[in-house]
Amino acid sequence: MPTLEVVTLLATESLTKTYGGRVTALTDLTVSVEPGIIGLVGANGAGKSTLIKILLGLLAPTSGRVSVLGLDPTVDPAAVRARVGYMPEHDALPPDLSAAELVTHLGRMSGLPRTVARERASEALRHVGLHEERHRAVGGYSTGMKQRVKLAQALVHDPDLLLLDEPTNGLDPAGRDAMLALIHRIGTEFGISVLVCSHLLGEVERICDTLVAIDGGRLLRADRVAAMTSATDVLAVEVSEGTEDLAARLAGIGLPVSREGRLLLVPLADDATYDQIIGAVAELDLPLHRLDQRRHRVAELFATREPSHV
Amino acid sequence: MSEPTGVIHDIGYQRYTGPRLGRRYVFGALYVHGLRTAFGLGRSAKAKIFPWLVMGIVLVVAAGLTAVRTQTGQVVMTYAQFADAMSWLVIFFVAVVGPELVSRDLLSGVLPLYFSRPLPRGDYALAKLGALGTALWLLLGAPQLVMFLGAAFTTKDGLPGVWTELGDLLPGLLYAALWAVVFASVGLLIASFTGKRAFAAGGIVAVFLMTAPIVGILSIMPSRTVNELAMLGSPTALIHAVGQYTLGDLLVPGGQAEDQIGGFGPVYVAAAVLLVAGCVALLLLRYRKVATR
Repeated sequence: MPTLEVVTLLATESLTKTYGGRVTALTDLTVSVEPGIIGLVGANGAGKSTLIKILLGLLAPTSGRVSVLGLDPTVDPAAVRARVGYMPEHDALPPDLSAAELVTHLGRMSGLPRTVARERASEALRHVGLHEERHRAVGGYSTGMKQRVKLAQALVHDPDLLLLDEPTNGLDPAGRDAMLALIHRIGTEFGISVLVCSHLLGEVERICDTLVAIDGGRLLRADRVAAMTSATDVLAVEVSEGTEDLAARLAGIGLPVSREGRLLLVPLADDATYDQIIGAVAELDLPLHRLDQRRHRVAELFATREPSHV
Repeated sequence: MSEPTGVIHDIGYQRYTGPRLGRRYVFGALYVHGLRTAFGLGRSAKAKIFPWLVMGIVLVVAAGLTAVRTQTGQVVMTYAQFADAMSWLVIFFVAVVGPELVSRDLLSGVLPLYFSRPLPRGDYALAKLGALGTALWLLLGAPQLVMFLGAAFTTKDGLPGVWTELGDLLPGLLYAALWAVVFASVGLLIASFTGKRAFAAGGIVAVFLMTAPIVGILSIMPSRTVNELAMLGSPTALIHAVGQYTLGDLLVPGGQAEDQIGGFGPVYVAAAVLLVAGCVALLLLRYRKVATR
């Protein structure tokens, strides 16, 4: 019987990184993820950038093992970097070059022949939504355009994996949405795996297949987003009075109800749940204030996990 | 579902399956890019002004010397002496171009984009060093070539005269290479420490000019040995001393070379080698650390 083999995109094993023997950036991090769009979330200083730099072979781990696309960046960083595109968090663009010149040059630095580099640079810039502007000096670009240039240079050599460090930094809400949509397109239509680093969970959970959460250099949780959010849709019911009665009534008809302040939360099994609740409210003749479906944000899943590592 | 023909449509993302060239190609591309940057090629018109002004001056001087020689038959300057005479321009050229090559990259934060690619860090530094060295060599070598062509076409001794002339030119070009190597390695090392181009330029000018008085002081000390070793005091004088030792008459006509450096010629050669090796080692060390966090 053939077994379904799942390719591992990234894997770390007891990965630890301390700076100068005192500051610990990563502690005993063991995680393994499959290709797709991966969100790496954690507060500022949680160790996200350190992890990315270890994956690129720019930093050597203090201990533990790491593999990227089946390669070991501590042994053969050049081979890893040839197949990876990196978008740094901070400003990285010389102001007096045009986007087309810069991306072409960096394409050649990745080993693309001259004409190929030029073609792929304008293609990459087109894919990120820069057209005529690409021949203007980068110094005059908006933050959003600069972020797009940084993304284009990571894409120019057709990597198998993109490492994006806070790609929505400094963008306004519309710019954030556009950037996230672009990343989602790269991960799905282009067939390139993406690791998106962000301190904003709500942002990346929308586009990711997999979430890896780290805090203080430790792994909080890593799982498929589907596995985290399935069976977590709940109905929130609020009545102006008689909350206790309704809770008892719902429990009586077999619904696992829970209290959250003035709200009653009922897991949504299927559409019949709505009818059951409305039926109960009607029977008790209570003034229904609101009844809406609430999608459990992944943040709540992490929040409930956090106290467990006290 | 078939696409309609004759319509421009988005062909979507194309994967790349063609060749990915190796380390030597990338090094070469970065070196050529640096050399073009040194002369402002592929950059704004403003960036071209300074390098070509300097290049223009040295070429005009060379043309002038050639004209004097063909008219009066008097050799005002040998090929090797030409480099010494242009030392001020060389210092300013390094002070402007060195920071242009490395400080700009430090300030703009573009280094992570280089170092996240297969190119090793040392290759980045060495390609920039090679570009600056080549630019300096061209700056001092091109005018010598002008002088040579002028002399070769006007020589009255026929082909043997051309050969004699060539025999003078080649040591001159080698001496220019010594200038290029020393100035490039010292200048680029200083420039690599700051992203501010003005600071880098100031630092380079300071190191090359402020060290000159040291040589002056040492050369009037009441000790012959100290006098003869005085030219270790500054990079410019060091180059000159090595030139005196190796080129002799071509640099200091009249056999006065011995008077200035005594028997310390090998010491000067060793010092020059150590200076260049030390600067290159520090430069590589600098680039192992820079932009890692």
